[in-house]
Amino acid sequence: MIKFLLKGILGDKTRSVLPVVIITIGVALTILLSGYMRGVMGDMIDQNARFETGHVKVMSRAYAENKDQLPNDLALLGVEELNESLAKQFPEMQWVNRIKFGGLIDVPDDQGGSKGQGPAAGMALALFSNESGEDERMNISSSIVKGSMPSHSGETLVGHDFAEKLHIQIGDEVTYMGTTMNGSMAFENFVVSGTVKFGTTALDRGAIIVDITDARRMLDMEDGAGEVLGYFKSGAYDDVRAIAMSETFNDQYADDSDEFVPEMFPLRAQNNLSSFLDYVDSFSTLFVVIFVFAMSIVLWNTGLLGGLRRYQEFGIRLALGEEKGHIYRTLIYEAILIGAIGSVFGTIVGLGGVYYLQVVGIDITGMLDDSTMMMPSVLRASFTSDLLYIGFIPGLVAMVLGNALSGIGIYRRETATLFKELEV
Amino acid sequence: MKLAFAILILCSAFLQTNPDAGKILEKVDYNMTSDTQIVESDMVIHGRRNSRTVTSKGYSKGNDQSFTEYLAPDREKGTKMLRMDDRLWIYSPATDRTIQLSGHMLKQSVMGSDLSFEDMMDDRKLIEMYDAKVIGEEEVEGRSAWILDLVAKVDDATYERQKLWIDQERFVPLKEEMYAKSGQLLKRVTLSNVERIGDRWFPKKMNYKDVLKDGEGTDFIVKSIQINPEIPDYIFSKASLKK
Repeated sequence: MIKFLLKGILGDKTRSVLPVVIITIGVALTILLSGYMRGVMGDMIDQNARFETGHVKVMSRAYAENKDQLPNDLALLGVEELNESLAKQFPEMQWVNRIKFGGLIDVPDDQGGSKGQGPAAGMALALFSNESGEDERMNISSSIVKGSMPSHSGETLVGHDFAEKLHIQIGDEVTYMGTTMNGSMAFENFVVSGTVKFGTTALDRGAIIVDITDARRMLDMEDGAGEVLGYFKSGAYDDVRAIAMSETFNDQYADDSDEFVPEMFPLRAQNNLSSFLDYVDSFSTLFVVIFVFAMSIVLWNTGLLGGLRRYQEFGIRLALGEEKGHIYRTLIYEAILIGAIGSVFGTIVGLGGVYYLQVVGIDITGMLDDSTMMMPSVLRASFTSDLLYIGFIPGLVAMVLGNALSGIGIYRRETATLFKELEV
Repeated sequence: MKLAFAILILCSAFLQTNPDAGKILEKVDYNMTSDTQIVESDMVIHGRRNSRTVTSKGYSKGNDQSFTEYLAPDREKGTKMLRMDDRLWIYSPATDRTIQLSGHMLKQSVMGSDLSFEDMMDDRKLIEMYDAKVIGEEEVEGRSAWILDLVAKVDDATYERQKLWIDQERFVPLKEEMYAKSGQLLKRVTLSNVERIGDRWFPKKMNYKDVLKDGEGTDFIVKSIQINPEIPDYIFSKASLKK
């Protein structure tokens, strides 16, 4: 029967071309917009993940309770062993260690006094390690305004605005003053290797980035880290997997009351991102619902027009003894076939658009002064596996619904009027 | 004669029950401050993971000049602080730099303790900074104490309000509470090991507790104190930081 219906659809292009075109457009738009929203919203989530939360983050329980204060006295110790254990238990993740610290940056003048000071917003990353991927992840190299990345111990990047304000040149020395993990005063001289734009005023005015080995020595945090961040090697955040991973990890320490045991947090459990993630997910559903509704109305109208055109056909078929219910069902089967064909075409077109926007993206460099660590200059869509089938929902449902509504007219068709129309 | 004696007894009783807060403060200031002091002390900082002891030697002149050199442990050894009026400099031997602290940095904790730089800098006499009144009596660690309520009369007082429990016999604070302008309790100090130093009483152990932080606070233990010794002027100069 399907072969017969397919022959009829392909043979009579007037009844299939327009609905297929409408469905193709609707499905393609649904997929494109869903993919684009996922990409843009995903970028915001990605920004949080890159700078703050990771896809998952491991901190000591005590540190996690006070994390906004950067309490390095409560940081994780024995991190090397922890890293190995995490890599073994969750090999799909890349694990990196970071230390955040506050304090003061003091810039000496020629007489040994101070030419200026500013609060330090310090970040210690594995800059000297190629495997860590921190440079690409944090967009550091491409955000350097002057100079270059630190390549030796004792070198640092500083916020560009801060450097400009205090006339810091590349190669100048600055002094960091803060507190070690044990509470002692920490003083360290750094040579400025470069300046970087972060993209937020607060960081541009006082941030310093150093290699984590320097921070560990300076802050008495040997084999320590404030945070261990995990990133999916695929690059995309998997909410379900992250939650499961966190639960598995935390179960190991469920019976341990020590405040310094490590605890893992998925991205959604940090920085109030839970509601944001739910919001992003609901956007796709919203697009689907909108397009189902809109296309149903259009296809209902198309079906009505088609029904009018096939008025005689239905009449003859009824006269030949075919049941009204059977005719109605064949109409629905035709709608399913046309809907499926349109959905396939629409999915291909939509995915092609998503792929283009993901790989090439929309370059907004012209709208931004410079690329910064916070804001990449290219907006991208994001392909997720549900885009393969999400288009079929509006494609099929709309077509079937439209034809179901328009096909009701079949039940009002009477053979008597057919003979009159045929003038038999 | 009998009448005069009776009046004297009555006055004495009246004063005993309604002591002059100003006079109490003056006696407290006499015990706690002097023209010059040299103090060797240990500061025991109780952290969440461990406790550490920082040893220092401090010189002070009046209420606007002080010099402190940290002697132990190795991490702190050689670090020096100089205060002149409202300015504070810190010298670090590790970086060979002298850094001036000002503004909000003075509210930061000293070496992870419950004391801020402001706490350490404020050596002024209480009578100069606060209006006081006696609001009650209480027993503290077996000692009878007056409770004094102090309200700042200068704009730059570190704490807008203080409550002091003063030993009635020795005129030494046994307990102090420091409050912000909002009325929020900020710090609590418990003073003990009161000893006689010449003609003064001095508490040789003080526990500072930052109420807004968890933990046991910081113990400040005076190992030795010299009252009104001769201190050369060069000590209170920036040059002495690098010596």
